Amino acid sequence: MNSIIITAVLVLSLLGVALAIVLYLVAQKFKVIEDPRIDLVEAVLPGANCGGCGYPGCRGFAEAFVKTDDIGSLFCPVGGNDTMAKAAEVLGQTVEAKDPMIAVVRCSGSPELRKRVVEYDGASSCKLATALYSGDTGCQYGCLGLGDCVAVCKFDAIHIDPVTLLPVVDEEKCTACGACVKACPKFIIELRKKGPKGKRIFVSCINKDKGGPARKACQVACIGCGKCVKVCPHDAITLENNLAYIDYNKCKLCRKCVEECPTGAILEINFPPRKQKVEGQAMNVESN
Amino acid sequence: MLKTFAKGGVHPPENKFSANRPIEVLSLPAKVTIPVSQHIGAPATIVVSKGDKVKVGQLIAQGAGFVSANIHSSVSGTVESIEPVLDSSGYKRPAITIAVEGDEWEPTIDRSPELKRHIDADAQTIIKKIAEAGIVGLGGATFPSHVKLSVPAGKKADVLIINGVECEPYLTSDHRLMLEKGHELMVGIQLLMRALNVDKALVGIENNKPDAIKYLSEIAKEYPGITAHALKVKYPQGGEKQLIKALINREVPSGGLPIDIGAVVHNVGTAYAVYEAVQKNKPLFERVVTVTGKNLPKPSNFLVRIGTPVSELIAAAGGLPDDTAKVVNGGPMMGKAVTDITVPVTKGTSGIIVFPAAESKRKAESVCIRCAKCVSACPMGLEPYLLIRMSQRMMFDKMEHERVLDCMECGSCSFECPANLPLLDYIRLGKTEVNKIIRARKN
Amino acid sequence: MDSKLVVSPSPHVHSGESTRRLMFNVVLALMPAFAVSLYYFGIGALFVTLLSILSCVLFEYLIQKFILKVQPTITDGSAIVTGLLFAFNVPSNLPWYIVVTGSLFAIGVAKMSFGGLGSNPFNPALAARVFMLISFPVQMTSWPLPIESRLKYIDAVTGPTPLAILKEGLKKGDTISQIADQIPSHLQLFMGVMGGSLGEISALALLIGFAWLLYKKVITWRIPISIFATIFVFTGILWLINPEQNADPIFHLVTGGVMIGAIYMATDYVTSPMHPKGMLIFGLGIGLLTVIIRVWGAYPEGVSFAILIMNAFVPLINRYVKPKRFGEEVKRNG
Repeated sequence: MNSIIITAVLVLSLLGVALAIVLYLVAQKFKVIEDPRIDLVEAVLPGANCGGCGYPGCRGFAEAFVKTDDIGSLFCPVGGNDTMAKAAEVLGQTVEAKDPMIAVVRCSGSPELRKRVVEYDGASSCKLATALYSGDTGCQYGCLGLGDCVAVCKFDAIHIDPVTLLPVVDEEKCTACGACVKACPKFIIELRKKGPKGKRIFVSCINKDKGGPARKACQVACIGCGKCVKVCPHDAITLENNLAYIDYNKCKLCRKCVEECPTGAILEINFPPRKQKVEGQAMNVESN
Repeated sequence: MLKTFAKGGVHPPENKFSANRPIEVLSLPAKVTIPVSQHIGAPATIVVSKGDKVKVGQLIAQGAGFVSANIHSSVSGTVESIEPVLDSSGYKRPAITIAVEGDEWEPTIDRSPELKRHIDADAQTIIKKIAEAGIVGLGGATFPSHVKLSVPAGKKADVLIINGVECEPYLTSDHRLMLEKGHELMVGIQLLMRALNVDKALVGIENNKPDAIKYLSEIAKEYPGITAHALKVKYPQGGEKQLIKALINREVPSGGLPIDIGAVVHNVGTAYAVYEAVQKNKPLFERVVTVTGKNLPKPSNFLVRIGTPVSELIAAAGGLPDDTAKVVNGGPMMGKAVTDITVPVTKGTSGIIVFPAAESKRKAESVCIRCAKCVSACPMGLEPYLLIRMSQRMMFDKMEHERVLDCMECGSCSFECPANLPLLDYIRLGKTEVNKIIRARKN
Repeated sequence: MDSKLVVSPSPHVHSGESTRRLMFNVVLALMPAFAVSLYYFGIGALFVTLLSILSCVLFEYLIQKFILKVQPTITDGSAIVTGLLFAFNVPSNLPWYIVVTGSLFAIGVAKMSFGGLGSNPFNPALAARVFMLISFPVQMTSWPLPIESRLKYIDAVTGPTPLAILKEGLKKGDTISQIADQIPSHLQLFMGVMGGSLGEISALALLIGFAWLLYKKVITWRIPISIFATIFVFTGILWLINPEQNADPIFHLVTGGVMIGAIYMATDYVTSPMHPKGMLIFGLGIGLLTVIIRVWGAYPEGVSFAILIMNAFVPLINRYVKPKRFGEEVKRNG
């Protein structure tokens, strides 16, 4: 009896030692020498692996970050300035703070304002619908509402509003990773500066048709009239292909263009309500 | 036992309501809208300007490059505008709108009805004339015909295959053409044979058109090298690869072209257009279009000028039924639903089908029960059930591995699926993405 | 025309086939066998079958509604088919609580816990049958005798199945010719005059259903025929080698669960391969395993085990046995 126990213990111990030696040798032979700073940088990153920085996952970003000469050229949109400062600290450098961004949906064509002229009956994919036809409204530029942006968002920050059938970005959750921007086949979503206290102004339309057809297709379309361009004191608005565009770096948030826009295509977000007669007009596009 | 292709295929209800209705010439519309991109390849360059007077058959847009096609005016009148108009998918595309005045043809066109059997043009002249006439594949693919006839160096065609299959349900335009223009068709086939320098041409016709098979077999005796063949009714036999397999039992390699195995396929409509172009000097500005539907009062086959609004065809066929909810340009398996019935007829419009509301919408989806009906229906030997899963999970690199690019979008899988899954929708999406991946790799 | 035009991707027509219709056709195809079962086993068969269907449907409804919190899909008919097949695979004198437990296992464990219809790796009815066989070996193997048990349920007169007679006899050292007189004739076996599970007995009735399924294109010939062929050839070879130790191939085909297993259980869409070639391999495997279990195994019958084992190989078969692509051969040669 005893001899059996002793044999078993001996055999198992020898086996354990032998395997430990093998494991050690293998580990030595296949050792990968990696810059230890990559791990440190990765540790301060958010770990969302969203790809918003342009690299495959946070690890990829960390590797690029350690290798590059100009760390200012890289940016983690999810972590933002805090994360970038910490990551730079790991390398003993500093980075300039960048303005926080947010995804902006540039279409306000709810069913009430933008009449549906045909009915789509196919797989729920904007990409697919775009390849098939122009959309269920008279506007070939507008949002299809099938939710490709919702499907790609890793932060649950964008949802289709059941009434307007348009995507709504959750300001708290949006990290400006840009996944929805890439997913939208109509190029409706844009990353814009979040602005002080979230205040921002933008043209919520990308219709490049002339005024008549644009207005006919959608009540809140940009008709390319150019009034906003004239009224802007900061030269922030340009008009191209019948479409106004506000440069968020130049815009000083004076809101003159919002008041001037005849269709209410320019939206102001997070401003206090106005006291004058135009109160709430631009915020509440349905009332237009 | 009739010949057919080996793998997959389905048999949708035929519904060929207009099979017995002779081709009627549709009266001229008040206005035609002629898009400059009616073919696969570069859009043609417009060579007229607003206010110009044009005649029937006059060149109004020049093919831009080799893979492109000329476009001719289908009416006489004044160019009213050159502006983007809605195409059948709702996008705005450049087009020429002409207000019709009278019906004055270019004097070079031979308008006499006599059959001109004698061929004096040589191969080069024939191909040149086909290119000048702007002929494209009239079966629906609209690939410029002169490109197909210009055999690349190092390859040799040994057989010409003429597609008279018309496997799409509802459509009858090719059927009527074969019955009514048999001799012209035969001369057109001879012209194509000479252009390709082949001495054998096979006309494939599905067995649901016994009158056409009988008639063409009869007259083919007068034309050496041409034979007509009855084929078992099976969709998608009109696909190039399937038709070649059915008739001469050769398989076009994956990613290859019919010419790789020595075959060239042309549609009967194309062959007829070739006859008119070469023998009668008449460019392609009109075609036969089937207008049909279960509740349409008068399903018909019309000879229509290119650019005529679809709504006029429907009006001539008895008007749009009240319960219409979908209008399809092309066949029910591969055609495109239009967003607006005022869109113009183009070179590729083989039929207009009006669907009642009850047949317009898809039924509710349920889960895949792995019945494998899609696998047995696929004529290319693909696995649609697997491809849809990969596409939904965005595993596009794996889709390329599963040969998704072999898919010709015949729709057999979606047709058969008992769970009503949008198989083809997602496979199409996958094809687009895979093509993007391949393009990115090349750059 | 006031309504908006519908725009959808092609194709614009559909075959009209639906999951419900496929399931309905399977139920219809099982009706001849059910009629035979009613004729031979009477009220026991009726009671067990109805109870099994009812509890399967009920369990599916309850699980979907209250546990998974999804829209119940009992109208697709798959639970009815599972219930029917489970009943057909048990004796007609099975106590009610075993029937209900079996149904719960089939729906709850074998089907729903894997994700419901379309996702289960094993045939739910068979998984339940095997689970019950292991849990209640006595009740699950007491076979009522045909005709005599017509008006009885639990108290039915029982006797061994032909396969059990064979196995016992051979174990005792008897030869086939010695056993033969205890076994009904081939014709009787074909008609179903023998003890056995309530739906498996009549090969004739099951083959009528097979013809219906083929006619309606619900299934293809590949799986059933490859199983039959494998069993026939394999047992045929054994029989030719030693006809005194091995039963003839026809006997093997018409007894036990071969017919119902090959036609209705192995062809279950969800748990069988997707490709023609894969189906043949699948059938071959089932045939081989069945004969191996019957001839050399401890159990007299092995169809259920064979199918379940091959079910496990289905994902592997699907992965490695691909359909021949169009244009593939040419490319390799050219």
